[in-house]
Amino acid sequence: MNIIVCIKQVPDTTEVRIDPVTKNLVRDGVKSIVNPFDMYAIEEGVRLREKHGGKVTVITMGPPQAEAVLREAISLGCDDAVLISDRAFAGSDTLATCYTLSKAIEKIKDYDLVICGKQAIDGDTAQVGPGVASTLDIPQITYVRKIEEIKDNNITAERATEEGYEVVQTKMPCLITVVKEINTPRLPSLKGKMKAKSAVITVWKAADINADESRLGLKGSPTEVWKIFTPPPRPKGRIFEGDPQESVNQLVELLKDLNH
Amino acid sequence: MSGITVYKDKCIGCALCEKACPFAAITIVDKKAVIDLDKCTLCGACVEACQKFRAIDIVRETTRTPDIEKYKGIWVFAEQRKGVIQSVAYELLGKARELADKLKVPVACVLIGSNVKDKAQDLIYRGADKVYVIDNPKLEHLLDEPYARIMANLIRKYRPEAILCPATAMGRSVISRVAVQLRVGLTADCTGLDVNLDERYLLQTRPAFGGNIMATILSKYHRPQLATVRHKVMKEAVPDPKRKGEIEVVNFDNSFFASRAKILNVVDEVMTTINITEANVIVSGGRAMGGPAAFKMLEDLAKVLNGAVGASRAAIDEGWMPYSHQVGQTGKTVCPNVYIACGISGQIQHLVGMQSSDIIIAINRDPSAPIFNVANYGIVGDLFTVVPLLTKRFKEVL
Ligand SMILES: Cc1cc2nc3c(=O)[nH]c(=O)nc-3n(C[C@H](O)[C@H](O)[C@H](O)COP(=O)(O)OP(=O)(O)OC[C@H]3O[C@@H](n4cnc5c(N)ncnc54)[C@H](O)[C@@H]3O)c2cc1C
Ligand SMILES: Cc1cc2nc3c(=O)[nH]c(=O)nc-3n(C[C@H](O)[C@H](O)[C@H](O)COP(=O)(O)OP(=O)(O)OC[C@H]3O[C@@H](n4cnc5c(N)ncnc54)[C@H](O)[C@@H]3O)c2cc1C
Repeated sequence: MNIIVCIKQVPDTTEVRIDPVTKNLVRDGVKSIVNPFDMYAIEEGVRLREKHGGKVTVITMGPPQAEAVLREAISLGCDDAVLISDRAFAGSDTLATCYTLSKAIEKIKDYDLVICGKQAIDGDTAQVGPGVASTLDIPQITYVRKIEEIKDNNITAERATEEGYEVVQTKMPCLITVVKEINTPRLPSLKGKMKAKSAVITVWKAADINADESRLGLKGSPTEVWKIFTPPPRPKGRIFEGDPQESVNQLVELLKDLNH
Repeated sequence: MSGITVYKDKCIGCALCEKACPFAAITIVDKKAVIDLDKCTLCGACVEACQKFRAIDIVRETTRTPDIEKYKGIWVFAEQRKGVIQSVAYELLGKARELADKLKVPVACVLIGSNVKDKAQDLIYRGADKVYVIDNPKLEHLLDEPYARIMANLIRKYRPEAILCPATAMGRSVISRVAVQLRVGLTADCTGLDVNLDERYLLQTRPAFGGNIMATILSKYHRPQLATVRHKVMKEAVPDPKRKGEIEVVNFDNSFFASRAKILNVVDEVMTTINITEANVIVSGGRAMGGPAAFKMLEDLAKVLNGAVGASRAAIDEGWMPYSHQVGQTGKTVCPNVYIACGISGQIQHLVGMQSSDIIIAINRDPSAPIFNVANYGIVGDLFTVVPLLTKRFKEVL
């Protein structure tokens, strides 16, 4: 079974903060990490290979330094890695990202399953997984929390919904996006770390994936980020300390006035 | 050529752009901004920061939808589950009406499902001028492929200028496919929507970076403009039984209903009766609950307030509650009217999932717990004492 895992390098958003005084983004010392949801995608890919055999290829579209996340993926058990990197990709919105990733996946060609994270923690759109599936014209199962069975070219999986889950079955090749509940990612092994160090990372530019230039980067992106600003700060709260009964009474009194 | 340019003559090296760049792509060298193109994503934050000097410019050459002015009207994707129109559809309808009135265009809803036709009238009462109904037993389950195919076909035929779709698991999965099929822009998870009346495009505002920043997204040259909209942010449209509108049943041949994926089973596992993304009040518990039994106490409080129970990841990881109740970065994003956090410290990964709630109440015995920084009200104390008191007091007054 050949699996392609799509991962994204993201700034650790838990460290991206707004400076309360200057109102600027503070990102001094903010690390770049593998998008947390993609860690589950990597783990699931590796587990499936361990069970069914085959190969896991990890891909990312990003700047040259995104190579680091590919090496991390290899240390966690992925076999091959491709960095899709070209200035022509800069400014890609999800439509252009889906197109670019799909062209790379088409070039890899022999695949049964594409695995994406549920969403990236920077762009936060959750659009790339289903968008890639649609570009490749393959079926999808989004928000997968468990793969129940893979048999006779069919995959059966539990898809998390607002109320619970659905059991969905489809033919492969297909694309799934995964949520945190699907597994607990392993830590890199020593052997994995060594392999990651020496691994040769394939780099593909726009020309290598046979892409139509008008569908890449800024040019291929119908959306534009027009303005970025900080959310209004929450007003300072009222904190009650002391006798619990007294605190509760005061709080309920205030809430009553707010008519909730 | 598309790209970013720094005008050296205008740049004074003030470093405002450097600070604004979310990707650390700008450095100041010899009092001039220098952009590392390997890091730059052309997001435009620096252009915004440099409004005073206008020393940075991003030129975008882009394709355009032909006959762009022929696209008229605002649509709402009226999501239904098990034949019931979801309240989020009414929220979007309220917003769509407001935008359409500004643009002086009609509002239409698309209602897809099985046995849903008699629900269309309600959409008219709530502000739709027209409802396209696609009713077929094969559409009983919400399947991505047929739903996307039908939407794309209707859009090509009727050419609306904008479509609002709920940012639910279903909505996001379907509309992402539609956007790709039509090659148009899709803005995710909007919390604010407005229009530029001169050029007739939407101003779509949404949180990104886990809610740490807000971004306004435009899709000036492509129609329709697609947006998913977060639940519980817009006000629900109120029904007016006197409103008139047209219901059009659109028939499709069987090829449209084909799906390579099939749903074998649907399982609802929400423990309390209310799903947390729908709830107006959420009572959440964290690691301090100490075990599943203590969540019973939260359920009692939730019941009095007609709310649902949520949990931090720490509590979920312990197995005290099912994952569908997790609030936060790797769980659900919620924005109820009231969020009560009990024994939750308020780590950023939890905050990003609930910080847009209208009112946040924190109960924690540690006065320096970060949850108090986002709380409108807080009680410093032992939750095992405070929660039952709170339940009792609410029972008395409600
Ligand atoms: C503030 C801000 C707001 C934005 N808002 C929008 C918007 O509303 N609409 C829009 O179209 N674009 C938007 N973008 C652009 C968008 O972030 C990029 O297109 C990005 O490349 C992909 O989107 P995402 O980060 O949301 O990924 P998601 O769709 O959330 O990612 C889902 C999964 O897709 C895979 N994936 C995503 N990116 C890559 C990659 N580069 N390489 C390999 N796999 C990947 C991963 O498996 C990931 O887990 C925005 C950008 C910024 C900075
Ligand atoms: C990639 C990533 C994703 C994550 N995603 C999520 C997510 O989606 N959601 C999420 O919640 N977390 C998430 N986390 C975990 C997050 O960082 C925190 O570890 C978690 O939120 C802590 O849960 P907690 O507040 O319940 O526990 P703790 O941090 O242990 O806090 C317990 C609190 O209870 C208080 N307390 C103890 N006893 C009592 C008592 N008797 N009465 C009153 N107060 C008491 C303590 O003072 C303390 O403040 C994520 C982490 C990572 C790295």
